[in-house]
Amino acid sequence: MRQGEVATLNPASEAEAAQLVLEARAKGQKLDIAGGGSRAGLGRPPRGDARLSTAGMSGIVFYEPAEMVICAETGTALAEVEALIAQRGQMLPFEPMDHRRLYGGAGEPTIGGLVAGNISGPRRISAGAARDALIGLRLVNGRGEIVKSGGRVMKNVTGLDLVKLNCGAHGTLGLVTQATFKLLPKPECEASLVIRRLEDKRAIEALSIALGSPFGISGAAHIGAGMGREFPRTFVRVEGFRSSVDYRIAALLALLAPFGAKHALEDSESERLWRDIGDAAFLATPTDLAIWRVSVAPSKGADFIEKVGAHARAHFYDWGGGLVWLSSEASPGAAAVIRAALAPLGGHATLIRAPDELRANIDVFEPLSAPLMRIVKGVKAAFDPDGVFNSGRMYPGV
Amino acid sequence: MSQIAFPTPEPGILARRDSILAGLAALLPKGSLITQAEECRAFETDALTAYRRAPLAVALPTSTQEVARILKYCRDAGVYVVPRGAGTSLSGGAIPQEDAVVIGLSKMSRILEINLPDRYARVEAGVTNLAISEAVMAEGFFYAPDPSSQLACTIGGNIGMNSGGAHCLKYGVTTNNILGLTLATIEGEIIELGGAHLDSGGLDWLGLMVGSEGQLGIVTEATVRLLRSAEGARPVLFGFDSAEAAGQCVAAIIGAGLIPVAMEYMDRLAIEICEGFAHAGYPLDVEAMQIIEVEGSEAEMEAQLAKITAIAKSHGVKVVRESMSAMESALIWKGRKSAFGATGRIADYICMDGTVPTSRLPEALRRTGEIVASYGLRVANVFHAGDGNMHPLVLYNVNDEAEQAKAEAAGNELLKLCVDLGGCLTGEHGVGIEKRDLMPHQFNPQDLAQQMRVRAVFDPDWRLNPAKVFPLEGRVPG
Repeated sequence: MRQGEVATLNPASEAEAAQLVLEARAKGQKLDIAGGGSRAGLGRPPRGDARLSTAGMSGIVFYEPAEMVICAETGTALAEVEALIAQRGQMLPFEPMDHRRLYGGAGEPTIGGLVAGNISGPRRISAGAARDALIGLRLVNGRGEIVKSGGRVMKNVTGLDLVKLNCGAHGTLGLVTQATFKLLPKPECEASLVIRRLEDKRAIEALSIALGSPFGISGAAHIGAGMGREFPRTFVRVEGFRSSVDYRIAALLALLAPFGAKHALEDSESERLWRDIGDAAFLATPTDLAIWRVSVAPSKGADFIEKVGAHARAHFYDWGGGLVWLSSEASPGAAAVIRAALAPLGGHATLIRAPDELRANIDVFEPLSAPLMRIVKGVKAAFDPDGVFNSGRMYPGV
Repeated sequence: MSQIAFPTPEPGILARRDSILAGLAALLPKGSLITQAEECRAFETDALTAYRRAPLAVALPTSTQEVARILKYCRDAGVYVVPRGAGTSLSGGAIPQEDAVVIGLSKMSRILEINLPDRYARVEAGVTNLAISEAVMAEGFFYAPDPSSQLACTIGGNIGMNSGGAHCLKYGVTTNNILGLTLATIEGEIIELGGAHLDSGGLDWLGLMVGSEGQLGIVTEATVRLLRSAEGARPVLFGFDSAEAAGQCVAAIIGAGLIPVAMEYMDRLAIEICEGFAHAGYPLDVEAMQIIEVEGSEAEMEAQLAKITAIAKSHGVKVVRESMSAMESALIWKGRKSAFGATGRIADYICMDGTVPTSRLPEALRRTGEIVASYGLRVANVFHAGDGNMHPLVLYNVNDEAEQAKAEAAGNELLKLCVDLGGCLTGEHGVGIEKRDLMPHQFNPQDLAQQMRVRAVFDPDWRLNPAKVFPLEGRVPG
């Protein structure tokens, strides 16, 4: 790791951070934003002159349980936010993935990291992604200016939505200093229907029927043999009040009986399972394989895996087939096969785990058309004209 | 005199009118270019009818390629462009100007693909909001955002304004329900964003485009999410003796972990107006009324309604009416959805769209009444209580210039009030021309300059919908 080699800047406030950015810009310095370090493997490897740590910018700005809204500073630990809102029976709707299980356990997820990576999980299909729950933010742009966008209300179309533009920008447009999320009530309970021994295509068919049912599915995944059991398993989750969950599980068992649906997992067992699915825990080992996250139309998920063929060492599906997780050899050749397999189907593949050297030399995100790359460069310059922030984290030279 | 300024038409463009029209005609099929003054009149305004401007011409392209060609032509010829869906904007987002070509999407109204296993529809941008839901209704699916104008408004317009509706408390607004877009840029390029899948990695172009009010390009096609309808839906109607009690009831329901599909609010005047039009059986002896809708199976709806009604009772609800039939439910919603139209029968009005944090609703309502009364005008309040999106309808006479000026001044004060209470200028109607000059009240110069720099990446010469969103002074070019 290069982290030891470069200096770390530790602003204690947004105003201090803005000042440091001004100074860095004047000196022509490039800064790599560092949160809790739990997702440092996302994007292309950092190549800046110094690290800008968010650790000094931590704390809850406000929490309004009756409005279901929370605002926290960027360096606040996600765990702190989740514990606070859980006391009032609330949760972040999008069930953020914990990348530590893929990256070897280091670091502490922060609010800023959630925003930078648009980090979502299985419940994305029913409750939206991080970008859907994020309703406001403040950031320091590459000119050292403090800019706000959005606010603290759920409905807001006032001006351009720079909130969503920065969610998933991996810190390339600015340093997000505060983020405001809308919340949901934590469901009273959950249960997951299980179907055993389905082939991929048949499993996705079952998931599609479940997702096309009126029973409010909040998780729809299919995992292969060797992922917890010696046979493949297909899961459909429902959440809510107990009587409603019982009713919907019974209805789904009837609906999916032709696929062999016979039983369901309850509460803690179901929770553990979705934690594993959301964190892609099944792919954590062997640690030398590359891991890809592929978004595709659900019914094409299995076609994609078929086209990748033997290059897919292990794989599973979330989002009803629309999110394919796979591991492959960490090589440019395997990457090329994966991109070529996806191209005719339409979708987006992101390299989530690979050695620095590979991530520096191949596309980590889906390659862009020439007009779109021009727009990316223009938008980058609109926020950060001298490339102070996270230079090259998403695309070379941006 | 109308108070909102338009840019002075550029004489250089007006002088070249004939050659510009000839250039456009060469790019379009016969019958797709409107140049006669009488015919252009239909495009002079939108639902902000107090303002109107005649466009240079109206182009009605039939394909994405035609849109792209016209845009490039207009850029090269230095002509302004105003995109238009169905012209139902309440904020003046589709009002043209004398030196602009309107690009109307009414001829691009086809549904291109419906894919129920993958739960999406691919449509042209001129298709109406309701047409999408109607196309999949028989199979039990729907497209979620449901603005009151859904019978007429287009998906392209919805994308421009990030439209909401009564049911977005549960299902979100337009930006939460779009998977992909085809964008024609002012350079005449055609760019595909997103697709039939969720959450592309890379920058969130869909998030940026939705709500950009036709200033970054013209959206010609969209892939929208389709959702499966719940087994059943049932509204309950509550009447309260005070706005405060009604407001506290909303907060208590949300605080109890219940998320109804919709929570709508009407005050006494709004109830009278809507009842007079729809005969929905609304109670006329209450100060505030709520329509709260729940979804699910029969047993689930009963359980939720029992909890919600218990909360309402603990907040002193005076009238409780649970819908007993589909017909009754439809009638309850008809009253609410016709609020704007019904109000238009008794007076002219401007409809505000500010949002406040839900905990500030009682205060916002009280101050709204005071502000409008101080101008000697009347206000009817009908709004989405669950998300704090207020719609005060300020009643006035459009033929009385002094009264129009008062109504606009009152409206501006109401919107500033929303910002001051921690909310925003517009929840779902967009900034348009209506709220353009209030933007500095919500955003400081740095905030606005950042937005304008992003805007300028897509449209460096400010050709697209130029009179809208950003104050006319202090614009940042590309």
